[in-house]
Amino acid sequence: MQTFKKAWRRNAVAYMFLSPWLIGLLGLSLIPMVTSLYLSFTNYDMFTSPVWTGMENYTQMFEDSKYLASIKVTTIYVMLSVPLQLMFALGVALLLNRGLRGLKFYRAVYYVPSLFGGSVAVALLWRQLFGGEGLINRGLALFGIEGTNWISSPDTALYTLVILAVWQFGAPMVIFLAGLKQVPLELYEAARIDGAGKFKQFFKITLPMISPIVLFNLIMQIIHAFQAFTPAYIVSGGEGGPLDSTLFYTLYLYQKAFTHFDMGYAAAMAWILLIAIAIITAIIFGTSKKWVFYQE
Amino acid sequence: METSKAVIQTNNIDIVKTEVKKSKVKLSIILTHIIIIAVGIIMLYPLLWMVSSSFKDNLDIFKGTSFFPKEIIFDNYIKGWNGISGYTFATFFKNSLFICTMAIIGNVISCSMAAYAFSRLDFAFKKVLFAIMLITLMLPFHVTVIPQYIMFNKLEWINTFLPLTLPKFLATEGFFIFLMVQFMRTIPLELEEAAKMDGCGPIRIYWKLILPLSLPALITTMIFTFIWTWNDFFSQLLYLSDIKLHTVAVGLRMFVDSMGESSWGSLFAMSTVSLIPLFAVFIFFQKYLIEGITAGGVKG
Repeated sequence: MQTFKKAWRRNAVAYMFLSPWLIGLLGLSLIPMVTSLYLSFTNYDMFTSPVWTGMENYTQMFEDSKYLASIKVTTIYVMLSVPLQLMFALGVALLLNRGLRGLKFYRAVYYVPSLFGGSVAVALLWRQLFGGEGLINRGLALFGIEGTNWISSPDTALYTLVILAVWQFGAPMVIFLAGLKQVPLELYEAARIDGAGKFKQFFKITLPMISPIVLFNLIMQIIHAFQAFTPAYIVSGGEGGPLDSTLFYTLYLYQKAFTHFDMGYAAAMAWILLIAIAIITAIIFGTSKKWVFYQE
Repeated sequence: METSKAVIQTNNIDIVKTEVKKSKVKLSIILTHIIIIAVGIIMLYPLLWMVSSSFKDNLDIFKGTSFFPKEIIFDNYIKGWNGISGYTFATFFKNSLFICTMAIIGNVISCSMAAYAFSRLDFAFKKVLFAIMLITLMLPFHVTVIPQYIMFNKLEWINTFLPLTLPKFLATEGFFIFLMVQFMRTIPLELEEAAKMDGCGPIRIYWKLILPLSLPALITTMIFTFIWTWNDFFSQLLYLSDIKLHTVAVGLRMFVDSMGESSWGSLFAMSTVSLIPLFAVFIFFQKYLIEGITAGGVKG
């Protein structure tokens, strides 16, 4: 009886500490998730009651050219920006990790774009940089090259946003740097004695030793890239243009939900996004057994 | 004996080799510095150009050839600060700061409470709940934002700060719980035992022992909350359409729409101003920021 009372009290105290989180979990995560799953099978405009339409939203998507465009745009964006960003991050981290003086200063300088990158201010700056009379074209003019308006051309607009994402390689770089510092120096000494060159050292020691960090960065950046919104919204003025070339998935979702009030369709889009991210994460985790090296 | 001889021998060879290599190494170090500085300048150039342009008149921005302003003018700042439709940037700053402050208070209180339970207390379903918390870290918020919007709309909270501040008091940002759990786990158990001997219950231990000792993790939480809330655009755009509630992010965007492309000067001025708080936090709390970024990746 005594122990039962004690256990009950112990649990009561713990759940008291957890209560704000539990209320949030229930009220702001779980119930909304179930609701959005339900809404995704309905037609709902917020003014009249939801009407059950079964799978209609999900089948309709694949005939919606704008939806398909948003998938294409987002896929290109993720597939280009994430690998490039991680390559820059690792490359610069390797350069910085050579015991240079001023490491902390350099690290700070390279981190600044990550600090500001998500802001409206930087997205606006980007619009100017790559505009017709922007800084980039004025730079190109010095070399006698006449640039176009990169932002208003459907062939190039998306790539300006890829550059904006790659520009923010500072955050994964900081993580790589911390990981590189933990690689034991003895390994390199041993390799040097065995006559292994710089490239061999990188592929046989550095890369395997930091592979868990590569995995972490890869997954975090992919999740992050799939959800990019602010740059596309600001650079295209909320439209996703020109010709839907910057219509990110989340931007189209936003338009559907909060400009057209097509809540059911938008909820279905959100669930497809969730499933896509879950599958991609699962695939990466699945293959990681083959390329991620865990120290015992 | 044999092996130690061999070691000495290889050491000798190494010393000879390093003598030869020394000049080569020095050169490569200098080269590395040059590359890093050059790439750094290219990366920061757009930002520096923005700041420099904010002190130029429009003619100088587009026709001038020098990086530095011909003469430093503050017109852009004065004109820009006046804002839109009778609301100055002072209003937008006040709103942003208010939301950030509430978010910081909310996150620190609610996340530290949850983290304390997960790291130092024992209770039923602990593992399951912790796993659920980790999963919520990965969820795209788009699956919840639509029902949340509908709910806040029914509560008539659209065009109030509540949808942006209240969720923070309910520990919705699992990343901070995770961060604090990692930190609180490293606090030695002996300290807690001693406090228990003195008759402290879990609430006093949380308040008097764990919370003060977790200060570095709390500061990291505050800084990230500030940066993320300051940069947040999606939810501020969604919930704050009334101009007197506009934040800096939303206000800046409206400002561009109303000014048109012609007044880049004042736009750059206000963009610069909008980044100053972030930069200040970065300068003063860099250490905590770096710790926060690496905590997930390296320790986790």
